[in-house]
Amino acid sequence: MKSMPLERMVKLAAKNLSQYKLRAGLTMLGIIFGVCSVVAMLSVGEGANQEIQEKIQRMGSNNILIKSVKVPKKEEGSSGRHGPQVAAYGLKYTDAEQFSQFVPSLEASTPMKVLRYDIQFRERRLQTDVVATVPWFLRVQRHRLVRGRFLTHSDMDSGSPVCVIGSRLARLLFAGYDPIGQTLAISGDVYSVVGVVGDIAQGELPASGELWLTGENQKVYIPLSTYQQKHGDLFMQWTEGGSVFEQIELHELILTIDRQENVPYAVVAVRRILQKNHEQEDYSIVVPLELIRQARETRRLFNIVLGSIAAISLIVGGIGIMNIMLATVSERTREIGIRRALGARRRDIVQQFLMETLILSLSGGVIGLVFGALIPLGISAFAHVRTVLTFPAFAIAFAVSVSVSVVFGIYPARRAALMDPIEALRHE
Amino acid sequence: MTVPIVELKNVVKEYANGPLKVTALRGVSLRIDPGEYAVVMGASGCGKSTMLNLLGCLDRITAGQYLLGGEDISRFSDEQLSEIRSRRIGFIFQSYNLIPQLNVLENIEVPLFYQGVSESDARERAEALAERMGLSDRLKHKPMELSGGQQQRVAIARSLVADPILMLADEPTGNLDSKTGHEILELIDELNAEGKTIVMVTHDDEVANRAQREIRVFDGEIVENLWKGGTTP
Repeated sequence: MKSMPLERMVKLAAKNLSQYKLRAGLTMLGIIFGVCSVVAMLSVGEGANQEIQEKIQRMGSNNILIKSVKVPKKEEGSSGRHGPQVAAYGLKYTDAEQFSQFVPSLEASTPMKVLRYDIQFRERRLQTDVVATVPWFLRVQRHRLVRGRFLTHSDMDSGSPVCVIGSRLARLLFAGYDPIGQTLAISGDVYSVVGVVGDIAQGELPASGELWLTGENQKVYIPLSTYQQKHGDLFMQWTEGGSVFEQIELHELILTIDRQENVPYAVVAVRRILQKNHEQEDYSIVVPLELIRQARETRRLFNIVLGSIAAISLIVGGIGIMNIMLATVSERTREIGIRRALGARRRDIVQQFLMETLILSLSGGVIGLVFGALIPLGISAFAHVRTVLTFPAFAIAFAVSVSVSVVFGIYPARRAALMDPIEALRHE
Repeated sequence: MTVPIVELKNVVKEYANGPLKVTALRGVSLRIDPGEYAVVMGASGCGKSTMLNLLGCLDRITAGQYLLGGEDISRFSDEQLSEIRSRRIGFIFQSYNLIPQLNVLENIEVPLFYQGVSESDARERAEALAERMGLSDRLKHKPMELSGGQQQRVAIARSLVADPILMLADEPTGNLDSKTGHEILELIDELNAEGKTIVMVTHDDEVANRAQREIRVFDGEIVENLWKGGTTP
């Protein structure tokens, strides 16, 4: 006996399903929500993951970032004294020298002073970070030169009063002017603008980014030597208790290692040197490579959690299908008996009900994919959370939901097929 | 010597009813030749339904032998029996047993569907039979939209569509008024006259009178096997 052609089976199943449109629709809802939630979750998860990866990548996986950290001064009877005090902490020039000497595989060492200043162009004034650094900062930080030039070695040698500004700052402060060649006042000192840099990855910030003024694209970069000549290492700050002088030689130092494999060894050397030179831990070490590893670990955990939730929602969908198919089978007991009496084999009955399940789950799956794609787009649009639609997310959601529902459809279908035809015919 | 359509040899049928063993047929032997029209009669619970189910390959015998058209099908698998049902047996039920969501033509085509007959061939045969049954103007109607007599005509058309060697009818007029029932019986007579072998279960004597042969079953045994009209084989 020939097996029934697929086309006729599909037709038959579609005909049967159309008898119970509401029921079929409700059953599909389970699958739709299952697929939808899986796609949405995977998209949001992937978006978050990419964002983290990018942030870390931007720090450079070959880099070691060392920052000065203010530690609470031990109160040594100084509470009674008023007037200016000097708080000296953080990275020293000698640390930098020793790194250059002793850290293995070191390719570049990029020192930075980062201070907050009032800057002024004509009558426009705002506060932002001023970064005093070296010419290779641009390469190490992977910033993109938008216009003009970056700081040069001759700027360093001569301590010239030039500055490079971030692209956002250029728009904010120099609106209506070409910033190149203009002069900018930083705490009263005059610098001429020679270039504009933009951040590669950040590009245009979303509207919510307007709130913070610490973005990469709104800093002012000046030669480190120029800053040292003008200000030295002392910096005055006003706090609640009056003015406090802070003495920090270097705020940040980026050590670039030649290859990723060598980063862990370099980190060991860096820690050893810093521990030797510093009594207190007035520094922090950030190793993007380690962060990447952590991020991967976090992501793995995240995936497990998301996977479990998705699995539950799919199983719920599957149980829904099973429930409905069981009801359908018992409602159609007599039809099953008739078909068996007229020559349907058990396998024909299994196929008939499985085909109905399959059509339900496939169409539910397709609708779920459509909504699953729309929801992340909605989230991105309204919540400003990055979401990424990936093919694997679609494929996984679809394949898993369809196979789950088929698996859950097997039991009702088998139950139908195993019915005694005589009993089934007697069924009212 | 003609090959009998049905040959039961000492057939026993037992059911397990919980821990109890119920014997529905205790050693039944029966031979039905091509072209015969036999009625099976008996009180309810006597085993006549069991016999019809066994003849129709809906159930399997416990002991003995069943030859259908000369073929021993006593040990056939469920799948083989399904094929026998679709190709060699035509069922007519008391309650018509049409599939409610299918229209007249589709109902008639069902046995062909499971034989893998092409859609166009099946449609052609179904239309021809529907026409013969006087259903030409009802082809696209659902069973619910038909009268009882019309429904039974659809069921008869369905039982004929695969051109079976044995037609089994279980109280085919039980749900019909006498006039419609009469029409259905005429139709069955006609089929028999064309050479169809028919076994019908009934307890209506008037119905039984139309058949050439009367088989009475009592308590799982054949107690009377009567040829009327003198054409004893």
